[in-house]
Amino acid sequence: MKDTRWPAERREIHRQALSIALAVSPFGVAFGVVCAEAGLSVWQALGFSTLVFSGSAQFAAVSVLADGGAAVAAVTAGLLLNLRSLAFGVAMAGSLRGPVWWRALAAQLMIDESTAVGTVQATDALKRYGYLVGGLGVFVLWNLTTVLGVSVLSSSEELITDLGIDATIPAAFLALLWPRLHDREQCLVAAAGALVAVLLVPVSPAGVPIIAAAAAVILAKPWRAPEGP
Amino acid sequence: MSTVTVVLLTLAVGTYALKAAGPLLLGGDRSLPCWVDRLALMLPAPLLAALVITSTVANGKDLVLDARVFGIVAAAVVLRFRGPFVVAVVVAAAATAIARAIGA
Repeated sequence: MKDTRWPAERREIHRQALSIALAVSPFGVAFGVVCAEAGLSVWQALGFSTLVFSGSAQFAAVSVLADGGAAVAAVTAGLLLNLRSLAFGVAMAGSLRGPVWWRALAAQLMIDESTAVGTVQATDALKRYGYLVGGLGVFVLWNLTTVLGVSVLSSSEELITDLGIDATIPAAFLALLWPRLHDREQCLVAAAGALVAVLLVPVSPAGVPIIAAAAAVILAKPWRAPEGP
Repeated sequence: MSTVTVVLLTLAVGTYALKAAGPLLLGGDRSLPCWVDRLALMLPAPLLAALVITSTVANGKDLVLDARVFGIVAAAVVLRFRGPFVVAVVVAAAATAIARAIGA
């Protein structure tokens, strides 16, 4: 039976939101596993997924902690990765009008996926709807899968090495990085960042190589206006 | 408070500030200076690449090549052929586990 309770545009948004929420779920499990490996409790892992709620920054911060890095390094790595949510916020601000308390609440959902679903819609009302539905869908599944990952694996340290689960961390970062490598400039800064990090590992405290790698963006000359088509 | 809790709360506050700056402070039709846009676009690549490499070969301050290398190469192959995230991660774990089992 055809679902006619919702207009076509909103049904399309529901479909987009569901598929994107399902797509991030494996990352949620992986994040839970990383937390378990780093020795975080279920509550701490859930705290990251609820309060920080920003995939790659959560991974970065916890993996710096797992390497024995300082708190400052973990936070800085996370915030540098999250600088893009500032740009998302600017992109969505026009569609997220309303009382301050409402905008303050909605802002917590400001992630790649909610912005992606939101910005592609045709009108401000649909943009707002897409942002909220896309963000909430990811929020719910992200937190559920984090708990799944951390609670299933937190009990058994041998299981982590026997099953090769420690390799899921670099694999998860590689999967996040992969789509960016189609661009030549991104490829260049990624390679330079990796090189900087490897060279610094033996001579600096954990976390510092990651932050120093950010300096590789100067190769892309970010002060220069992008070349138009 | 433990280090983890401090990181959790500080990162949460900082992240929220970045998320909320646009919706709370902007009227809507303004945009960021071009260089901030470009910086936000370009920063994740070197950071993620650094995370890939350090979580593969760093062990504290030592650089080590161990079974994880097989895992990350296997994941790269999966991603190269447009395999989904979950397959790349599972294959990485499996390749690492196998390499360890046969003593590589």
